[in-house]
Amino acid sequence: MIELYAGVAINGLMIGAVYALVATGLNLIFGVMRVVNFAHGEIVVGGMYIGYGAWALLGLPTSVSVALAAIVMFGFGYCFQRLIGNQFANRPQHAQFVLYISLALIITGGLAMAFGPDPRSIQSAASFSVYKIGSLRVDATRLQAALSAAGVILALWLWLRFSLTGKALQAASQNIIGGRAIGIRIDHVFAIATGIGFACAGIAGALIAPLYDTTPYLSADFTLIAFIIVIVGGLASLPGAMLGGLIIGLVEGLAAILFDPSAKSLLSYGLLIAILLFRPMGLLGKRRAL
Amino acid sequence: MTESKFYSTTRRNLLMAGASGLIGSGLPMPAVLRAQTSALKVGVILPLSGVLSFPGIATQRGTDLAVRMFGDEGVKLEVSYADTESKPENGRLAAEKLIRDGATILIGAWDSGATISAAQAAEAAKVPLVVNVGSAPQITEQGFTQLFRNFPPSSEIVAKGVALFKDLPRGNGFDPKSAVVLHVNDTFGQATGGAVKAVFEKLGLGINILDVISYDARARDLSIEVAKAKATGADLVLPITRVNDAILIVREMIKQDYNPMAIYGPSSPGPYEKAFTDALGKFADEYMTSVPWYDPTTEIAKKVLARWAKDQPNDRFELNSGFGWESIQVVADAFTRAKSTKSEDLHAALKATNIKDHPMAGGPIAFDAKGQNTNIAIPLLQNQKGAPVVIAPAAAAGAKVKLPMTKWADRA
Repeated sequence: MIELYAGVAINGLMIGAVYALVATGLNLIFGVMRVVNFAHGEIVVGGMYIGYGAWALLGLPTSVSVALAAIVMFGFGYCFQRLIGNQFANRPQHAQFVLYISLALIITGGLAMAFGPDPRSIQSAASFSVYKIGSLRVDATRLQAALSAAGVILALWLWLRFSLTGKALQAASQNIIGGRAIGIRIDHVFAIATGIGFACAGIAGALIAPLYDTTPYLSADFTLIAFIIVIVGGLASLPGAMLGGLIIGLVEGLAAILFDPSAKSLLSYGLLIAILLFRPMGLLGKRRAL
Repeated sequence: MTESKFYSTTRRNLLMAGASGLIGSGLPMPAVLRAQTSALKVGVILPLSGVLSFPGIATQRGTDLAVRMFGDEGVKLEVSYADTESKPENGRLAAEKLIRDGATILIGAWDSGATISAAQAAEAAKVPLVVNVGSAPQITEQGFTQLFRNFPPSSEIVAKGVALFKDLPRGNGFDPKSAVVLHVNDTFGQATGGAVKAVFEKLGLGINILDVISYDARARDLSIEVAKAKATGADLVLPITRVNDAILIVREMIKQDYNPMAIYGPSSPGPYEKAFTDALGKFADEYMTSVPWYDPTTEIAKKVLARWAKDQPNDRFELNSGFGWESIQVVADAFTRAKSTKSEDLHAALKATNIKDHPMAGGPIAFDAKGQNTNIAIPLLQNQKGAPVVIAPAAAAGAKVKLPMTKWADRA
């Protein structure tokens, strides 16, 4: 029985790390621009299709498709923000909601038209490989995805802390007018933030592609899970996103064992309500911290 | 919605539309137009996209083949398809759309939930519905007068299948004492999962059901469910699945090195499908199911299989394509006897159905007072060398059963 719990806990933490990367992108965009990206799940699904396409058409491994997804989604996010998003930066929140919901619908419709609604899976011998740790069997693909996601989050955190552009993003997140006054190109910084946020989602999608079958309609699940993680971990907090992802992954796994597999989401939402009631800023949330 | 060739605008369609207008206005229909209605408009409801699209498309292939074969014999059928997108609630919408488009008889809807939904619309419009695939027992227990099901209820499939399973030879490492049920939590899965537990207890197999684990029909990851099943230590795994979740379960069993004596899905669609054997290769072998299957020894089955091999060389003729084929056979038979395209005439003809020569195994196709064909045989199948074969009853067996299952790690 201990083996069962340990296996499920490890599994939950691994998928939680990937969820954390999804939430990190959402968190970064919100932290810098105070905009909620309702199309975040759609970007993840876009990343999944890049992962699937790279494997199916070119036979590329996940490591290469991850890099491809990062480049494509960064470019898409940067261009979207420069061309459209920045026009909405000073508009009321409801106008921003409409923009991102429209983007979500366009992406889902486009993917459905391009690839059809049927599930597409990456089938390879690696799908069955495991690492044996004593009596535990750890899914190799999932572990690689988790470590890659954790690595990307760590690299992003270091970049935000120590690079000049990262510091500019932090400055913009704290005071836009002050940022402009000291010469930060806010439009460019916003586009960078959106590009990185989309790239995080795209990378997460490419990492998820070998784990789950890809369909255009998965996006709502990813957007919702990212929201839950961000609220549990703390708005605008990267360590919070990581912690939130791990907690949600763990809670979902253990809920399935302790109660019923159908109770997975039930406990996640229960945790969300508890956090909103007793610690609305999230576990590691504090005002304007990246 | 899949557009058929019959939706294209042609002179004939324009004439038909004009004829409809004349009928609607109460004017007598000219003889030339009356001749144009000799073809029967059949509406077919199937999950052609979404998670059930694999079996839905397989059913469509069988349906199309039958339309071509009966068309060659002079039976004029105009078939239009409506896609439920694998959502049960879309059954009613699809049925209503097809009826609005002029269908006077419906076929569908592969999924039990969508079938019940479609049956409500058929009942309201008094249009007969021939159920191609759909095994939830309640389909024929709700008093629908327009419904005719040429597919056995899951309780019957489970009872007949488990009875055959009970008679499988024990020994050589195969003597299961415990089992775990894994089932999808939709209408079909709930009904079948419950039936499996009840039948195992009723038939006195001496196999204790340790746990019944349900999972979401849209689940993308079944690692926890399989871990939970493994933790029971059950000798036998009884998955009630469709094709995608059956693949997920086997993949997880391999990763978690869970080697039961047997995997047996009573009334479980999926494991006999080409998508399953293609996706899992050698790991798909020795998985067992009990489902209605074709009888390869009959002349009509040989004829259908020969035409299938010619028209669909890369696809497998199986349960879905078989019952898709038979659904058209039932409709064509009723249409031929009724000599009418009117729903009420077709309904009367369907009630008197008695088709002795048909490809799926069993007695004559005939419907009881509830609209159920009770003459369908249920063999036990096992995947061997990448394809399903009948292993019981002995009279129909094409191969000997291989049990216990070869361990995953030992598969060459």
